[in-house]
Amino acid sequence: MKNNIIIDLKNIFFYYNQFPVLEDINFSIRQNDFLAIIGPNGGGKTTLLKIILGLLKPDRGKVEVFGKDPREGRKLIGYLPQYAYFDLSFPVNVFDLVIMGRYNGLFKRYSREDRESVINALEIVGMSEYRKRHISMLSTGQLQRVLLARAIVRKPKLLLLDEPTAGLDSKMQKSVYELFQELSSMMAIVFVTHDIGAISVYVERIACLNRKLFYHGPKEGSLGKLEEAYKCPVEILAHGIPHRVLGRHRK
Amino acid sequence: MIEIFQYEFMRNAVIAAILVSITCGIVGTYVVIKKIVFISGGISHAAFGGIGLGYFLGVNPIITAIPFSILSAIAIGVISRKSKLSEDAAIGIIWAVGMASGILFINLTPGFAPDLFSYLFGNILTIPVSDLYIMLIMNIAIILIVVLFFREFYAASFDEEFSTITGIPNRFLYLLLLCMIALSVVILIRIVGIILVIALLTIPASICRQFTYDIKKIMISSVITGIILTIGGLWISYLLDIASGATIVLLLAVVFLTSYFIKNMVTAVKRLKDKKSI
Repeated sequence: MKNNIIIDLKNIFFYYNQFPVLEDINFSIRQNDFLAIIGPNGGGKTTLLKIILGLLKPDRGKVEVFGKDPREGRKLIGYLPQYAYFDLSFPVNVFDLVIMGRYNGLFKRYSREDRESVINALEIVGMSEYRKRHISMLSTGQLQRVLLARAIVRKPKLLLLDEPTAGLDSKMQKSVYELFQELSSMMAIVFVTHDIGAISVYVERIACLNRKLFYHGPKEGSLGKLEEAYKCPVEILAHGIPHRVLGRHRK
Repeated sequence: MIEIFQYEFMRNAVIAAILVSITCGIVGTYVVIKKIVFISGGISHAAFGGIGLGYFLGVNPIITAIPFSILSAIAIGVISRKSKLSEDAAIGIIWAVGMASGILFINLTPGFAPDLFSYLFGNILTIPVSDLYIMLIMNIAIILIVVLFFREFYAASFDEEFSTITGIPNRFLYLLLLCMIALSVVILIRIVGIILVIALLTIPASICRQFTYDIKKIMISSVITGIILTIGGLWISYLLDIASGATIVLLLAVVFLTSYFIKNMVTAVKRLKDKKSI
């Protein structure tokens, strides 16, 4: 892999019923990246993640995940999907949910090592006492941590997070971001959000996506491009801290 | 109750009730937790086409119902995933097409169609031994498939997308599950008939999932519940001399309602006690 590039997208186009969702996206993720993809609702953020994960095929363009086809390379990716879509009455407890992330092929069983990794991942997210609890008895924040444990349990090289702080209060959001910062020493982290306020002091780089990729680089200097992406004036404030993180936009 | 076992048709009926309950407990659990009740409804009604084909060709309708319902299961699965047609539209179309072709086949068959009613509404008392063997073989097939792919079905039922990423062959498993439902439908047609199949697939698992969050326990307790209630329904229908299929379904429904109220009462009482102790 050249220049530590782990994900490489070239000239990606994606259409949904002839309606362009992504247009000419050129985008790469490097080892140890800590990147936020921001943009409005319907801007193509989740679509982009799904293309990286090989769940959607772009209409044009080339995707490389760890130098391979996404369906091969995605085994090294941990994924946290958008929260809203789970059936909480499904008969599964915390431990059994997380061990699903260790799946390794047909006609096998979960090994002792798999079980130890689950305990380990639950300890990292601070949920190990809840391992026997059914998912309907967790709070939103707790469930989010459990899903994060499922994403990291196979020790991925890249963590993809779709709206990881949606539905969390600001205190919970802060603790989730601190958790990401802890994890960022072990793996590249890319998360998607439409919440501009979520770009905290922790993120190093930003990509602005609204059908096209408007900006991709360090978070400073992104503001003008962000307004272009959102088509309206944007103010970026740090998370729970009453001062600006990014330079003020000069008028 | 013992005296009913002196009749061979009653012994066969009891064996059929046990076989059918094993299927319903296992496959029904997936149907309920994966919320594919109406896909199963579509498959079971489409199976009527296979019954009609059996009459038309002059062979055992159960034999022709097997490929017919498997094909319609695959059709629903493929159409709903691949085309832009939504899943419920695909179900509706296959449902109606299957029934219509069944009616046409029977129409084209010269003479009167004997015991057609028993395929529509079931008649556990007329099951021949040969059908019991077919049911036994299909039961073994279903149990083998579930044992082999238990982890995969479980993960894919909870979160298809994530399980795809971890390498589970989702599309194949989904079609396999639909085929298992198709097999179960064929097993069930003899007992409760095409129109009432859905009750046996959904009610036992719905009763049991209220009381445990462990999928294996849901399956096992659904099997036991199914055995008790189908034999119970059979017994009641014998005593009162009424239709067996409908009696079994209504007994299941009564037990479901009762268990639902008991479950909610227990929960409410627990909450009250917790409040008092604080």
